[in-house]
Amino acid sequence: MVEIPEGYSGEGFHATSFDKVVGLARKNSLWPLPFATSCCGIEFMATMGANYDLARFGSERMGFTPRQCDMLLVAGTIAKKMGPILREVYLQMSEPRWVVAIGACASSGGIFDSYSVLQGIDQVIPVDVYVPGCPPRPEAILDGILKLQDLVQHESLRRRNSPRYKDLLSSYGIQ
Amino acid sequence: MSESLTRHHIKLREDSLEKETTTLNLGPTHPATHGVFQNILEIDGERVLEATPTIGYIHRAFEKIAERRPLYQITPLTDRLNYCSSPINNMGWHMTVEKLLGLKMPKRVDYLRVIIMELSRIADHLVCNSVIGVDTGALTGFVYVFQYRERIYEIFEEVCGSRLTTNIGRIGGLERNFTPAAWEKLDAFLRDFPAALREFETLLNRNRIFMERTIGAGPIDAERALNYSFTGPNLRAAGVDYDVRVQQPYSSYQDFDFDIPVGTTGDAYDRYQVRDMEMWESVKIIRQALEKLKDLDPSVYHADAPEFYLPPKTDVYTKMEALIWHFKIVMGETEIPPGEVYHSVEGANGELGFYLISDGGRSPYRLHFRRPCFIYYQAFPEMIKGGLLSDAIIAMSSLNLIAGELDA
Amino acid sequence: MALTNEHIKERLQQQFGEQVSEWEEHYGLLTFKAPAEMNLKVMQFLYDDEELRFRFLTDLTGIHYPNRASEELCVVYHLHNMIDNIRLRMKIYVPVSKPDVFTATQLYAGANWMERETYDFFGIQFIGHPNLKRILNVDEMDYFPMRKEYPLEDSTRIDKDDEMFGRGEL
Repeated sequence: MVEIPEGYSGEGFHATSFDKVVGLARKNSLWPLPFATSCCGIEFMATMGANYDLARFGSERMGFTPRQCDMLLVAGTIAKKMGPILREVYLQMSEPRWVVAIGACASSGGIFDSYSVLQGIDQVIPVDVYVPGCPPRPEAILDGILKLQDLVQHESLRRRNSPRYKDLLSSYGIQ
Repeated sequence: MSESLTRHHIKLREDSLEKETTTLNLGPTHPATHGVFQNILEIDGERVLEATPTIGYIHRAFEKIAERRPLYQITPLTDRLNYCSSPINNMGWHMTVEKLLGLKMPKRVDYLRVIIMELSRIADHLVCNSVIGVDTGALTGFVYVFQYRERIYEIFEEVCGSRLTTNIGRIGGLERNFTPAAWEKLDAFLRDFPAALREFETLLNRNRIFMERTIGAGPIDAERALNYSFTGPNLRAAGVDYDVRVQQPYSSYQDFDFDIPVGTTGDAYDRYQVRDMEMWESVKIIRQALEKLKDLDPSVYHADAPEFYLPPKTDVYTKMEALIWHFKIVMGETEIPPGEVYHSVEGANGELGFYLISDGGRSPYRLHFRRPCFIYYQAFPEMIKGGLLSDAIIAMSSLNLIAGELDA
Repeated sequence: MALTNEHIKERLQQQFGEQVSEWEEHYGLLTFKAPAEMNLKVMQFLYDDEELRFRFLTDLTGIHYPNRASEELCVVYHLHNMIDNIRLRMKIYVPVSKPDVFTATQLYAGANWMERETYDFFGIQFIGHPNLKRILNVDEMDYFPMRKEYPLEDSTRIDKDDEMFGRGEL
């Protein structure tokens, strides 16, 4: 169960500020889009399984279309050939959207410092949480998602329209 | 607008606007393709007429990286080939180097390696079979079976410290002996797994819906399969009983008594059954290995080859000799004979071969991985031609395509 | 009579004479060199002959030997006789200025992608191949990465500090 945000309670009502309620609602119903390319994908499947259940944190429904999801979980190595496709998928998600880079390869290229591997997905899309590990244990993936939930809860409702965010996106070439 | 029709990773053909068939892009990111490969299908209604696969979306340049690394550092690279059963890749690589160096392993090391390899074979076939179930809509089997994969991960963790990409073993043996906890976990697994596998079988083996979905999906006959250089469960499902463990036994497989399941038509149902029965055979092999281990000296876990086997850290920090050997091995001052060696093991997908050319230096001159997935995926367009679109999806998942092994 | 390496060598020398050379036996696997134009003839002979029966292509790959003048690129075929359980390795050499090799796809359908991979990495042109395009690298790549003169890392990176990786100027 989640705790009630602070506010003024009365007979049959609870008054609190809007962003707290929205933050609470968003954080507990993040619908993930698994973008699993390699070994971290198998650890992600284990996280979704019964032992380290991800569904209990609200991510019950794994969407496979970017139009319906708000959290993009990139698990695995992204090669340069795959970079444009990752960007396409990211562009199709609607705001608010968050990105979690699972694993060393997604965060920074991992052990593959070669001509064909993208050295971290933050070369093509903005990332919110990085989960290191090769592959990270399911507990680490859950920790990363919980940190993301923290971010989501405390995010200001005006962030997506702020000039700082717009600058961030335009530095990636995204309008 | 025409700009957006021709993105640089898909090119529509010139006549695509006039023809009557549909071009469907089963793109690199798709829930049903387990891994990143793209197929551009020409379909007429629901029938697939032609398929053009594109791979390389996870090309990590393993062979080039391997030319830079010393031999013992290539093991983590081999992990990531077929990452569902990484111990088999690791052991295969160690055996290749041991063949190059002319090292002979004591029996106990061989038997321990067999146990680890068969456990990882079970793990890989569990993934493949449950994923065929998921693709036909049966999600329950997947969740049940992943519990047992977690148990196998726990055993691997006891032995080497890592769950999935294990980097297990060393050139010259294993890095540490199996702890008592590992033996307990192995016994518990062998006790509980058969019942769970039987339960999984009752869900799918004679399930009418599953059988109707998979029988006839993506068949291939033995002639064509041999011509396409198929190996492993896909070839055995087509009717040819070729298994590297029997033809060219490595790691004392000749001491074990097991059968090779063979199918008839090479369709998805046969592949599913072959993998299922191979899991039973693996359990048999592990039980036999445990029996054989009872008569061997339990303190042996590596060969007596100080020039190549990295000594344990406790010795390196306390004994002078171990320190010197460690220095020599890491700095590349041990004698590595120049030569060419090709060694293959029976991976979960087929004959995983390592072609190592050494010029006497610390790193290989050339290392090539013969990856079974890459070779049999070529036959995919031929297998699905004329079938329905949903059969194409089942055929793809029953082939057990692992993207890491496809692209290397 | 069981098929042995000596017998295979005899049969090949009987058929092709001096053209098959550089006989070596690495760790039990017989290796020989054949002239580049004759690769299909040798493989067809090994396929059709009722005694030799090498009907399975295990592997096809390339090697770059920059030190062998006019023979820098090598294509290696690993053949397997499944019935008698014998393997064979055939190597052919081509110069880097004209790396043309006849394709084996007519004989072995599995050679299709293996040759594309060899082309992608080394630049060996397989004559007669139905679809010789890059398979693993991006299509726009203009060099052949596995050749020895090219580095492992991406040379266009600007964010990596060479000093820290031991490659800077000392």
